[in-house]
Amino acid sequence: MRDVFVIGAGMTKFGELWEKSIKDIFVEAGLKAIEDAGVGYIDSLYVGAMSSGLFVGQEHLGAVMADYLGVNPVPATRVESACASGGVSFRQAYLEVASGASDIVLAGGVEKMTDGADVTDALATAADQEYEVYHGVTFPGLYAMIAKAHMHQYGTTRQQLAAVAVKNHRNGAKNPNAQFRFEVTLEQVLNSTRVADPLGLLDCSPVSDGGAAVILVSAEVARNLKKPLIRVIASSQASDTIALHSRPSFTTIGSVVKAAEKAYKMAGIKPTDVNLCEVHDCFTIAEIVVSEDLGFFEKGKGGEAVEKGLTALEGGKMPINTSGGLKSKGHPVGATGIAQIIEVYEQLSGKAGARQVKNARIGMAQNMGGSGASCVIHILEVK
Amino acid sequence: MITARYHREVPQRFRLEANKCVSCGHINFPPRLVCPKCKGQKFDNVVLKDEGKLLTYTILRVAADRFSKETPIAVGIVELEDGVKITTQIADVDVDTLQIGQKVKLVLRKIQEDGKAGILCYGYKAVVI
Repeated sequence: MRDVFVIGAGMTKFGELWEKSIKDIFVEAGLKAIEDAGVGYIDSLYVGAMSSGLFVGQEHLGAVMADYLGVNPVPATRVESACASGGVSFRQAYLEVASGASDIVLAGGVEKMTDGADVTDALATAADQEYEVYHGVTFPGLYAMIAKAHMHQYGTTRQQLAAVAVKNHRNGAKNPNAQFRFEVTLEQVLNSTRVADPLGLLDCSPVSDGGAAVILVSAEVARNLKKPLIRVIASSQASDTIALHSRPSFTTIGSVVKAAEKAYKMAGIKPTDVNLCEVHDCFTIAEIVVSEDLGFFEKGKGGEAVEKGLTALEGGKMPINTSGGLKSKGHPVGATGIAQIIEVYEQLSGKAGARQVKNARIGMAQNMGGSGASCVIHILEVK
Repeated sequence: MITARYHREVPQRFRLEANKCVSCGHINFPPRLVCPKCKGQKFDNVVLKDEGKLLTYTILRVAADRFSKETPIAVGIVELEDGVKITTQIADVDVDTLQIGQKVKLVLRKIQEDGKAGILCYGYKAVVI
């Protein structure tokens, strides 16, 4: 396998982009990435999208986007792994370059969620349709059940859940591409409209439109273009049961534990070597559980860690979701995994502005689908 | 819901029919073709116990459109006495009194309606005992 480098990134602002179609959104992100990378062509492209069929009635997205991006006849493939679609899109591009089959590949992701679909229903298709969704369970409901179990088992508090949202909004307020560029108080989160007990509206990532794209290349291309060498030092993916109820524990996500194990091994590093991490905080409890499963904190101590500021951008020993996370930056499902990579890339390039983590050399992105039935992890390093 | 799709799940939703791996004894609900524990492909038919305990739960205050008139909805994961875990609504309960560990029993109830003119869809719900 060859070394693979990220040399360019582009994304749209995340939010309710009423004036833009799914094509406009993806093409905007793709063009920005190609321009940022300074490449004259791409060998192929991947589009991560969770449910364009339900959201906008459009499938065959690979072909749609290759056409509108003006790159026909390159191979173009849509990748779907629920909310991990973006991360898996990146992994497919990584594997294509690493294998030697291509030298320059665009990995993108997009979702257009505000065109009128029943979003709760569409998102629920990432769970077991016959044995979870049939009974009325929603995604907030699944994560709420994880939260209840975590609170019961480890004493995690409602305040600790809320502290995740407060921190992520504080970071997102500094991100020009974030959907919600404002801070929230602990009281606002605690008093927000109840969605699925114990989760309130401000514990949930929003419904968003957005697109993101990055360019992955071989070492030769990166050197010829005289780009900073930001290398993908790990790419891993794992699966778990589709239904939450089939798992031995509801307070740990098996696919995250397994993917993390593989990623650390591939990169040859320990959790303490990671300088910053973007985690899949689709709900506040998800960030707490994942921060434990990635090995940053002891099992059951993730809530305490965020409350003590250990994951804060300012002064935290392990800054998590410096971009604002899904919570504040927004969660256009298919774009999320790529946007996480972009945050890591910008941090490692020293281009994160007000969100810059000093001396960041190793960054991680953890993206998951459903209630954790899919997890994909990437680790990038400045060479 | 397409009638055929609904009909296929009736043995599970009405009668809790499952299968048990001949080689390792693992019970699958719904029945599977491959045992997730030992990869075995031979099974005996079994029927699940209808009592168990609540492992975790939530109260849905916001639901998908077809359930939106029924909120708040209590939903939980129940571990039945034979060790099988299922997701189910919890019916006939003051949602604020629910607790992890509570004993429940499965009963047959209407789960959803297929629009104004479609079929009524039934299945199990848990009640506290």
